[in-house]
Amino acid sequence: MNWMWGVDDWIIILGVLAALACAIPGTFLLLRGMSMMGDAISHAVLPGIAIGFLISGSRDSVWMFVGAAVAGIMAAILTQFLHRVGRLDRGASMGVVFTTFFALGLILIVYTADHVELDPECVLYGAIELAPIDLVTIAGMEVPRSMPVLILIGILNLIVMLLLYKEFKICSFDPAMASASGINVQLMNQILMIMTAATCVACFEVVGSILVVALLVVPAATARLLSDRLHVVLILSLVVGSIGAALGHLAAINIPGWFPIDVPDTSTAGMIAVMTGFIFLLAWVFSPIHGLIPRGCHRLQLKVRIASEDALGLFYRSAENQQEMTHGKIREVLVDMTDANVWITWLAMRQVRRKGLVVIDGDRWALSQEGHRRASELIRSHRLWEVWLWQHADLAADHVHGQAMRLEHITDQGMRDELAAQTDASDVDPHGRRIPSVEPPMESDSDED
Amino acid sequence: MDEFLRVLLLQEYNTRLVVIGTVLLGIACGTVGSLLLLRRRALVGDVISHATLPGVAIAFVVMLLLGGTGRWSPGLLLGAGCAGLMGAGLVLLIRRTTLLKDDAAMAIVLSTTFGLGIAFLGVIQDLPSGNQAGLDSIIFGKTASMIRSEAIGIGIAAIVILFTCVFLYKEFRLLCFDENYAGSQGWPVLVLDITLLTLGTAVTVIGLRAVGLILILAMLVIPASAARYWTDRLVWMMVTAAGLGAFSAWIGVTISALVPRMPAGAIIVLSASGVFLLSLLLGTRRGVLIQLWHVYALKRRVGKQHLLRAIWECSEGQRRVRPDELLKRRSWSSRSVDRLLRASRRRQEIIMDSAGVMLTDAGAVEARQIVRNHRLWELFLIKHADIAPNHVDRDADAIEHVLGNEMVAELEAALRQDESLPTSPHAIGGLQS
Repeated sequence: MNWMWGVDDWIIILGVLAALACAIPGTFLLLRGMSMMGDAISHAVLPGIAIGFLISGSRDSVWMFVGAAVAGIMAAILTQFLHRVGRLDRGASMGVVFTTFFALGLILIVYTADHVELDPECVLYGAIELAPIDLVTIAGMEVPRSMPVLILIGILNLIVMLLLYKEFKICSFDPAMASASGINVQLMNQILMIMTAATCVACFEVVGSILVVALLVVPAATARLLSDRLHVVLILSLVVGSIGAALGHLAAINIPGWFPIDVPDTSTAGMIAVMTGFIFLLAWVFSPIHGLIPRGCHRLQLKVRIASEDALGLFYRSAENQQEMTHGKIREVLVDMTDANVWITWLAMRQVRRKGLVVIDGDRWALSQEGHRRASELIRSHRLWEVWLWQHADLAADHVHGQAMRLEHITDQGMRDELAAQTDASDVDPHGRRIPSVEPPMESDSDED
Repeated sequence: MDEFLRVLLLQEYNTRLVVIGTVLLGIACGTVGSLLLLRRRALVGDVISHATLPGVAIAFVVMLLLGGTGRWSPGLLLGAGCAGLMGAGLVLLIRRTTLLKDDAAMAIVLSTTFGLGIAFLGVIQDLPSGNQAGLDSIIFGKTASMIRSEAIGIGIAAIVILFTCVFLYKEFRLLCFDENYAGSQGWPVLVLDITLLTLGTAVTVIGLRAVGLILILAMLVIPASAARYWTDRLVWMMVTAAGLGAFSAWIGVTISALVPRMPAGAIIVLSASGVFLLSLLLGTRRGVLIQLWHVYALKRRVGKQHLLRAIWECSEGQRRVRPDELLKRRSWSSRSVDRLLRASRRRQEIIMDSAGVMLTDAGAVEARQIVRNHRLWELFLIKHADIAPNHVDRDADAIEHVLGNEMVAELEAALRQDESLPTSPHAIGGLQS
């Protein structure tokens, strides 16, 4: 690792500050379904920045912020105008406006570059690598020039968010209700646009105007996959953004060294975007509540439980019919008769055996005492449902089996009692089979359901 | 000026080449862009174009590893195309498998893929062989440096894309306007969607060199959006968009040939924006001016009809009416009454003198017709919609202006009315009622 104190630590601090400033407007953009608006504004501030340069002739001026904020707001308003008056699709109006602004900004910057020391590349990709060289003295401390701005914007975003938390929250989730309860939704939108535009300007020197959107949207989206509560999402997006920024710089100075090429490092801004994307990928796959794998596991568990319950039901029915069941036969029947495939069936049979619900005698399988108790509960649910559907839902007797097959898996003791009461304690199902009677629940069945 | 004319008239070999290439690109962009716009996929172009960057970089590295120079254009474009399609696919995947919405999926994919591309470029530019691989030019576009083979490549690709659009015109039309119907008729909606995205990717990729990847979206979206203001028919929209795309490309290339330091892509986009602005204002179907004119014409007609009805109801066409009598009929200002009176006099519907206002014969016929429509509707509301007689005036007020002849005939039939003027079902008293 080619870490250099006094350079790389500053870069990471700046990156983290940029991520912190972006997280708050980013989260609300995401929740309002306006993420691409963040992208559009981050492109559209370009002419504002260029004009700010032209007016003031220097980089760290209020003009730049004013110009960018005006350009950002104008872009937002024009987009709205094209959508409403021009009757253009929302995405298309965004595309028309921001590409025009960006093209204008590009030309202005190329033009400005003759007069002011300003690199178009710096505006687009940021110049975080150069920031530690460019120091100013504030309160006796030498800090990078962009740092006070980032801190200021971060704090301003935080204050606005805290002051308007409730309003933003309602606007994000239910704009109709927000306007019904007297909140000026348009105004809140404009405030969000101003926040976004100001944040874009503060960050463009660090990550560049194109990659700001990575810090705006990706941490917020990651946080959204990790939690369903707004304040948790906000805090998580701050955390995710910071980690992404720090990892991004570490990756930029380390990853090129892993390959047999003579290149010490690569663009930090680019790697910050890649790393936030990587964290998003992790959340997408592993998030405990919305991740692909946890959701897949949960679904698989459910399938196996249903298949094993179906297996118990089959054992019970074959015992009723005085048939003997072999292991092979029951798997065959399960695959044939239910939604379960071979693998699910295999897992289900394993579960049934491990929980001691069957007694195995060579190839012959039969229910154990505990298995019999569970199976009779299930069959009781099934047949009670059949009776109920037949009596109360007017289904023909030969149509109720399929419905009952599904309902039996989600029926508990209380439901069974209710069904029994509503079916006048009938003890025969519509096909004339006996409904197993109620057995007092044992103490040890608290592990399922 | 001399030079301007020379460039404009394509007297230089190089300019001619570039112009032909970009004009064909503009045509292809307009055509495909129209379809993407109507399919509400306008911004997917942005994702595709940003996602091409890592594709180009990876293709460069792969070609380098295989022993080439890495600058072989078709290879770079192939990499760009694959990466662009994968980006679009990733958007669909995120949308299908997470709770995130379309916009978030697009923003995520475009920013992270672009970041990846920038990171790759950061490495490539430091490689001994990677200096000036020309990869930079795909971000902002460099029309001027276009060489013959590139222009020909763009031309061929554009023609292939156009043929595909023509060939699949019927299918795409169905896809854009009624996806569900297309699905229920057995059309493979997903395959068509992928085809459309592939066409979008192809246009993006061939436009990289000319316009650059950030602004190629503009060529897809702006001419198509502009065409929307001129026509309501898909085929004409595609033709118009292709024309506008070609026109802006030509203007843009011409200007950038004169000012070579300026980024060509940006100038092409600004020409397209100018064309868009003109279309927005002047467009004959949805342009702002035509919309304003429609609103104005409607207002004028409604004002005139209100005035004639007020005069009739004051006098039943028999006597002169004083302007202050009219003022009490509705909530209008004396200025607007004056204006309406003057306009009506110009049309010779009324005569005005110091004693007041009187309908001319032609004006009386028209006024009677309007009053009759109004009362017929009132009677209809009372009889068939069970609305109290003193509530129907305002409802009838809103609809009397748009009752056509057929509707009046229907009303007559429903109310068994003859040609006579029915009496008003409520006291005629203007504002105080």
